[in-house]
Amino acid sequence: MSAKVINITMNGLPMEVYEGMNVLEAARIMGIDIPTLCYDEGLSSYGACRLCIVEIGPQDRTKVVSSCTYRCEEGLEIRTHSKRVMDTRKMILELLVCSTPGSKTIQDLAAAHGVITARFKPEHEDCMLCGLCVRMCKEQMMATAIDFAGRGPDRRITTPFDEASALCRHCGGCMFICPACSSRCMGPDADTTLCSSCLNLSPSCVEVYDHQQCWMPPGCGTCIRPEGDYLPATGRISEVKTEA
Amino acid sequence: MSLDNPIRSSGELEDLHGVLVERRSEDHLCISICTGTGCVVGGAESVVDAFVEVISEMGLEEKIEVKPTGCHGFCEMGPLVTMTPSGYFYPQVHARDAREIVEKTLLNNEVVEKLLYHDPQTDEAIAREADVPFYKHQKRIILAENGHLNPTDIEDYISIGGYKGLAHVLDEMNPDEVITCVIDSGLAGRGGAGFPTGKKWEICQKQPSEPKYLVCNADEGDPGAYMDRSILEGNPHRVIEGMCIGAFAIGASQGFIYVRHEYPLAVERITLAIEDARTAGLLGEDIMGSGLNFDLKVVRGAGAFVCGEESALLKSLEGLKGEPKQRPPFPVEKGFQNKPTVINNVETWANVPHIINNGPEWFVGFGTEGSAGTKIFSLVGKVNNTGLVEVPMGVTIREIVFDIGGGIPNGKEFKAVQTGGPAGGCLPTSMLDLPVDFHALQEAGTIMGSGGLIVMDEDTCMVDVARYFTKFLEEESCGKCYSCRKGTQRMRELLDDICEGRGTPGHLALLEELGHAVNTASMCGLGQNAANPMLSTLRHFRDEYEAHINEHRCSAGVCTELIQYTILEEFCDGCAACSKVCPSECIVGEKDSLHTIITEDCIKCGSCLNVCTRGAVLITSGGGV
Amino acid sequence: MAASDASSASTVEEITPPPLDMNEVDRILEQHHSDSTELIAILLDIQDALGYLPIPALRHISEQLEFPINEIYGIVTFYKHFKLTPPPKHQFTVCTGTACHVRGAVQVFREFERQLNLDTTICNTTPDMECGLETVNCIGACALGPVVIVDGEFKGQVKQTRVSSMIKKATRSSGGDTE
Repeated sequence: MSAKVINITMNGLPMEVYEGMNVLEAARIMGIDIPTLCYDEGLSSYGACRLCIVEIGPQDRTKVVSSCTYRCEEGLEIRTHSKRVMDTRKMILELLVCSTPGSKTIQDLAAAHGVITARFKPEHEDCMLCGLCVRMCKEQMMATAIDFAGRGPDRRITTPFDEASALCRHCGGCMFICPACSSRCMGPDADTTLCSSCLNLSPSCVEVYDHQQCWMPPGCGTCIRPEGDYLPATGRISEVKTEA
Repeated sequence: MSLDNPIRSSGELEDLHGVLVERRSEDHLCISICTGTGCVVGGAESVVDAFVEVISEMGLEEKIEVKPTGCHGFCEMGPLVTMTPSGYFYPQVHARDAREIVEKTLLNNEVVEKLLYHDPQTDEAIAREADVPFYKHQKRIILAENGHLNPTDIEDYISIGGYKGLAHVLDEMNPDEVITCVIDSGLAGRGGAGFPTGKKWEICQKQPSEPKYLVCNADEGDPGAYMDRSILEGNPHRVIEGMCIGAFAIGASQGFIYVRHEYPLAVERITLAIEDARTAGLLGEDIMGSGLNFDLKVVRGAGAFVCGEESALLKSLEGLKGEPKQRPPFPVEKGFQNKPTVINNVETWANVPHIINNGPEWFVGFGTEGSAGTKIFSLVGKVNNTGLVEVPMGVTIREIVFDIGGGIPNGKEFKAVQTGGPAGGCLPTSMLDLPVDFHALQEAGTIMGSGGLIVMDEDTCMVDVARYFTKFLEEESCGKCYSCRKGTQRMRELLDDICEGRGTPGHLALLEELGHAVNTASMCGLGQNAANPMLSTLRHFRDEYEAHINEHRCSAGVCTELIQYTILEEFCDGCAACSKVCPSECIVGEKDSLHTIITEDCIKCGSCLNVCTRGAVLITSGGGV
Repeated sequence: MAASDASSASTVEEITPPPLDMNEVDRILEQHHSDSTELIAILLDIQDALGYLPIPALRHISEQLEFPINEIYGIVTFYKHFKLTPPPKHQFTVCTGTACHVRGAVQVFREFERQLNLDTTICNTTPDMECGLETVNCIGACALGPVVIVDGEFKGQVKQTRVSSMIKKATRSSGGDTE
């Protein structure tokens, strides 16, 4: 029953892991924080968000792979926070924050990685196609009501033929796991896409709104506004305000 | 002896070959007419019909054979007609020329002067194919057969020594010897990455898991590359023979040929060839009585460039969406249905029988160190002799573009050549003497790819080219990796900005930064090379980007938003041709007097430029011409 | 089953398509031994036979192959060749491969858009389903670029000025047939 133990090197430190374990799991055992968007412990690895990339291989010919889909192998050398990795992560977060600014998860990640510029034309997409909901539906809810459709720029998550699916049980699992639906953010300055205020505001919106689960009904997406300008769009924000 | 019964041994194949050769040698006259797609568009089918008609009218069916063949390569000059044994060659033949050619050239061995090929540089008439500069500078091994073979006739293939390599392998070699032979030849994958073929076979052969599969990757999606199609259409049995040899070496019993549905003729030809080979006992169970079982199946793609990537191709073979998978495990370990699978490109498979027949030393004799053999390129774009060329690895780009390709049309200036398809890069004039092999191209920031060479002249805008490829990749990205899907979209938006006059100096730095991130973070070959067209043009043609941004000038006159159309007073004779075609009715002027374009209303469609016979319409940009 | 198929079809198609011959679909399924790994080949054959992939047919395949319909929908929308709507009477396909691009395919394409009064970013068929316009990424006839395929027939070295006559010729020929 016991899996084979193999040796790897993580950020220069030797480490023993079970064969078949992916690099992300190994790093988390070591307490190394690798950011992820499309990964969830209870679901299969997908490798869509590319935030969990790490650099592997010997110093002179390294390559960059997504740690959630790459399995540990004997003698593997891994660098989780090399310059190349960090620069790339920052650029991906800049892309994310410009296209999906309404997700607090993304705003938090961007702030934590020091993304201070948002140089691309603002878009307000609700979905970054991480596919958590698709896997939730298929693997945990055994429903296969939604899936990816289209290719490239037309790629989207939908039901077959965009019609109500007979297989959907309205369990809400997809919304529960969605990093855009489950916590919304528009920033104190909604004209730009970059918020970063979670770390600067006092109290920070992380503390105030962390327990909030706004399931993205129409009209939501405004969790922080300047003082006295709260929109009681969903009825929940005022609740929080009184609590605070 | 004929192919009524399956061939049961290599001896029987030899006998059949002997019979076929003998039957054809007695003053056998043959007209080969290229029926590759290029020539068919030029009317090759009616030329074939005309020859058949003329010959049957004259009652010469016994004496003269009319052979519709695969692509000869010189697509610019189609329809092409060559005659054996004389070797006479006529380009751009029309149906009406058939009678004259039969009467004069075939029956009396005299050339029809007016139909001959004229060298555009010296204007000298050239009678024989072998003397035409386009062919003279090539080293044609695979392509040469295309011109002499009827691709729908397996006997024709056997008569030129077809399936002899397979017979030799089955009779006299063991699988390890075959693999050693392929490794020694230095054959590297012709599909792009250049992985050593023999190594790949060896790894797969050593896998404990069974069964093993072979795949021929004919999902030739690179725009501007069509050599794989020409091989499948012109010489399908060569690929089948190569795959049979591979099956013997690796121990595979099933193979697949994955072809783009956009190539219906290739699908038809290879399907027919598989059936013929099966009936002849050269495919299927107990091949040539040797006990080897191997069968092939044709699978059609349904229009997705990313399926040329091997892990995506495998998914597509299994009937799923063609989204690439994380490698490792590599297909040679876990491929089709998680079984060891060797995937090679059409050209790679077609090289295998030649290597077996002539030995690895022969193959190493061509090319450079690390890049053995010949490579087929499709030479397209702004070049005089468009077509397929086969040259030894290591010749320079200058030789290909100028000696074989005949240089740039209309006396224009060479600007760049794009290699390696959408994932490749552009090379400027200063790199014309770069030898074409895997290593040298990589050094120069591009790749060999499947072998598309797109020539660009002074009228091609490099920013527009970068935008074109980025847009292509944006649309063809499967969309799974965020870095690739969003990254290509953002790169294209930035390039749009530059092409449309909204560029700022910050754009270039951002493009570079983004490009490196996209190439680093994406999973498959498409994403990892998605920024190459932009990065390589930015590296070699930065001044053009800067001219677009700083001066709003597109020196090639391509970027519509940055150009103006004007009519030159001294050339305009007031014929009113331009004002008649102008869709936005913005050209004013009386008949027989000067016309002018109202710039504000002009939609820059270029109609006026196309109809003006006096060259009075001029494109200006950013104050320059 | 047939009744539900018909009702779902009518909700999706504005122009009522001809009644669907499910026997043809069954015949193709049988040809491929109802093997779900041959799904792409099955879909290609059905599109060849019917001109497009009607939604009821896809649901039927899903039931017959016991293959999830959401994956079939994913596959059909992933590959560019598959169409969920009936084809127009005349299809103009402009090759936008690299060789055609550098020789001016964009201008030809824009001229088609203008002549057919179409904005392909919104819709690529004319409202009367008479003419359709699309692009293809290289058909390998690079020597003759720009290439346009008119109802399956290849036309080489197309100039902007030839576009209107090409459209006229194609539409006239069908007018003659139907009258």
